[in-house]
Order: sequence, then C-alpha cells, then structure tokens
Amino acid sequence: MLTIVLPLSEAAGEDPNPLLPHNAEIIFGFVFLILLAIAFAKVVVPKFEKAYADRTAAIEGGMNEAKQAQAEAKAALDKYNAQLAEARQEAAKIREDAREQGALIIAEMREQANAEAERIVTHARTQIDAERSQAVASLRSEVGTLATSLAGRIVGESLEDEARQRRTVERFLAELESSESARQAVGTDG
Amino acid sequence: MSAGVSTEFISPGPQSFNTTPIIDGVDWFTKPVLVAALSVVVIVWFYWGASRKAAVVPSKLQFAGELGYNFVRNSIARDAIGSHDYMKYVPYLCGLFYFILLNNVAGTIPLIQFPTFSHIGWAYVAAIMSWVIYNAVGIKKKGLWGYFKHQTMPAGVPVWLMPLMIPIEFISNILVRPVSLSLRLFANMFAGHILLLVFVTGGDYMLRESGSIALGGVGIITLLMGLAIAGLELFVQCIQAYIFVVLTAQYIGSAIADEH
Repeated sequence: MLTIVLPLSEAAGEDPNPLLPHNAEIIFGFVFLILLAIAFAKVVVPKFEKAYADRTAAIEGGMNEAKQAQAEAKAALDKYNAQLAEARQEAAKIREDAREQGALIIAEMREQANAEAERIVTHARTQIDAERSQAVASLRSEVGTLATSLAGRIVGESLEDEARQRRTVERFLAELESSESARQAVGTDG
Repeated sequence: MSAGVSTEFISPGPQSFNTTPIIDGVDWFTKPVLVAALSVVVIVWFYWGASRKAAVVPSKLQFAGELGYNFVRNSIARDAIGSHDYMKYVPYLCGLFYFILLNNVAGTIPLIQFPTFSHIGWAYVAAIMSWVIYNAVGIKKKGLWGYFKHQTMPAGVPVWLMPLMIPIEFISNILVRPVSLSLRLFANMFAGHILLLVFVTGGDYMLRESGSIALGGVGIITLLMGLAIAGLELFVQCIQAYIFVVLTAQYIGSAIADEH
C-alpha cells in the first residue's frame, strides 16, 4: 500500500493510490506550464501592454490636441476682438475727424461767403456812391443850365453873367441839399 | 437494490482514473497528457491570434483576448499583489489560470470528459511552481533570514508568544500551502468526476441492466440528476481554477509585502 513512487505501468493496476503522481505527468506539467508562462511573457503580455500604452497615449494626445486647438481658437477670437475694437475706435476717430473737418469747412465757407458778401456790398456801395456822385455832378451841371435857361426865359433877363449865375446856383443847391439831408435824418429817425 | 440484477454493478472508484496509453508501447502518452497538450495549443493559438496584431482599436478577437487577459491581470494579479510589482507575475498567472481552467472544463466537454487535474501529478506540479515562485521572490526581496522572519513572526505579537507562533506560521505559510493548493484542486476534480460517474453509470445501469421498471424510472431521474451535477461541476471547475490562481497571487503578494 505504501509505495512511494508509482511507475506508470503500475498505475494501471488494480487498486491505485490517487495521491501518487505519474512521472510522465509531472514532467509534462512542468513543461506545459513553463511553456505557457514563456508564451505569455514573450508574446501576449508585451503586445497587449503596448496596445494599452498606445491607447493611453492616443487618448492623452487627443486631449492635448483638443486643449491646444481650444487655446488657438481663443487666441484667434481675442485677436479678432482686438481688431474689431481697434476698427471701431478708428471708425469713431474717422467720424470725429470728418465732423470736425466738416465743421471747419462750413465755418470757412461761411467766412468766405461773408467776406464775399461784404466785398460785394462794399463794391456795390462804392459803385452806387460813384454813380450817385456822378449823377449828382451831372445833375448839378444840367440842373444849373436848365434852371438858368428857364429862369432866364421866365425872368427875361440874361443871366449870362457867369460868376453871378454860378454863385446863385451853388447857393440854391446847398440849400436844397441841406434841407434834403435834414428831411432824410428826420425820416430815418422817425 | 440488488434484487433481479443480472450483472454486477461496478461502482466508480480510483480505478476509474486509470488511463491506458493511447498508442501501445508509448507509455507516457495518455489521455491527460493529450488533453493538457491540446489545452496548451488552444491557449497559445488563441492568445497569439488575439495579441499578434494588437492595436489601439481592437479587433473582435483582440477584444476577447483582452477581456480574458485583463481578468487575470487586473482582477487577480493587481488586486492581490498590488499595482507596484504585479506585472512581473502576470505571464505566469495568466498561463496558470487558463491551463487549469481549460483542463478542468475538459471534464465537462463532450468526448473529452476527463479533468486533467484529477490526476494529482498535474496539481502537484502547479502547486510546486507557485510555491517555488512565491518563496523565491520573497527571499530575493527580503533575504533568506528576513523572509523567514516576515513569514513566521507576525507584527504585533508579544515576544512570549513567539515560540508558539513561529512553528505554526512556518507550517501554515511554508509547508501546508503547496499541499492545500494541490489537494484542493485535485480533490475537487477527482470527487466531481467520481460523482458524475456514479450518477451516469448508476443511472445507466438501473435503466438498462436492472430489469425492473421501478428501478428504470429511478435510473431516468438519476440520469437527469447527473445532468444537473454536470452543470454544478462546470461551475466548480471554473471556481477551482480561479481559487488556485487567486491564492497563488495572494501568496506572492504576502511574500513581497512590506511590514505593516
């Protein structure tokens, strides 16, 4: 009953002890288990671990990429916002400038127009004055002649005496002028 | 029960596990050797195929392989050994787990129907390998004296208890572990197979040889029970493979664990 080692041929005998191993199975057991451990260590584990590492790297890489893209988008947005603000500011400045310039132009034009108007008025006044004096002068000589000839005809006496005649006419006109200016002054005051 | 029995019923026993050489004259080539060799071929073929083109985006085969690999890697090795050093032991634990699993399940697979580990030699081998590994890594990490101190002198035990503790711990941690590992696996496979044999051969005998209608009915019930027992056995076969590898991982983990 107490056989220590049981050869395989005896294991097939009548009343075997199930606790005694077969030599061949011991050897094959070690061979198979070591073979499997080596197969896993050399092929399966490295391949799977590499796939896991790649997977982790891919996920992390994707996350980094997304973060980078987000940062880039934010930078672009900031840039565009800054540009927009700048453009707005510039537009406001341009508007302000245009307004100022417009006001300036208007003022200038007004000044110019005023000057022109003044010039025209002055010119007209001068012309009127000149024409008036001309008219006065011509009137004066004409009226004198007319009045003299008329008076001569009426009075019947010759007023050919030039010196006297001139004095009379002058006097008359001076009176006329002074009365007329007095009337004018009263008219404008009234 | 023996009334009206025409031929004698030979109850299943240790002799049921006698295996004759498959080829006459080649004594070592028996059914368990063939089944174990086939299991190695299947495991290597499957995992080689699953991991050969391992990519970031897995194929269906790779996904299945990763599922099986991750089960041992994460749920057994990492949980028991700790995330710092477990990777070194994953290849052995993977090979061990799938070797035991396939050879156990061989006891249920039709036409094979022989659990390799019901021959104790295989269980001895697996237990000795695990024993050598966990002691070797412990000694390598802590030194021979440091390792024995670690395994036999639990922290927090008063000094006067040491004469009692050291032999107990030595026996339980160094001597008994390989015996319990191998016997648990062997006995489960051996007993499960005998149980199945009893139900199936007994049922068959009652149905066909007893010549009694009542016993024939009992035989049918017995055969149906045998079917249920086969289902139970399939469960036990998987559980035993798991237990063996979890315990191995735990022994490794406790051998290299730091003192707490």
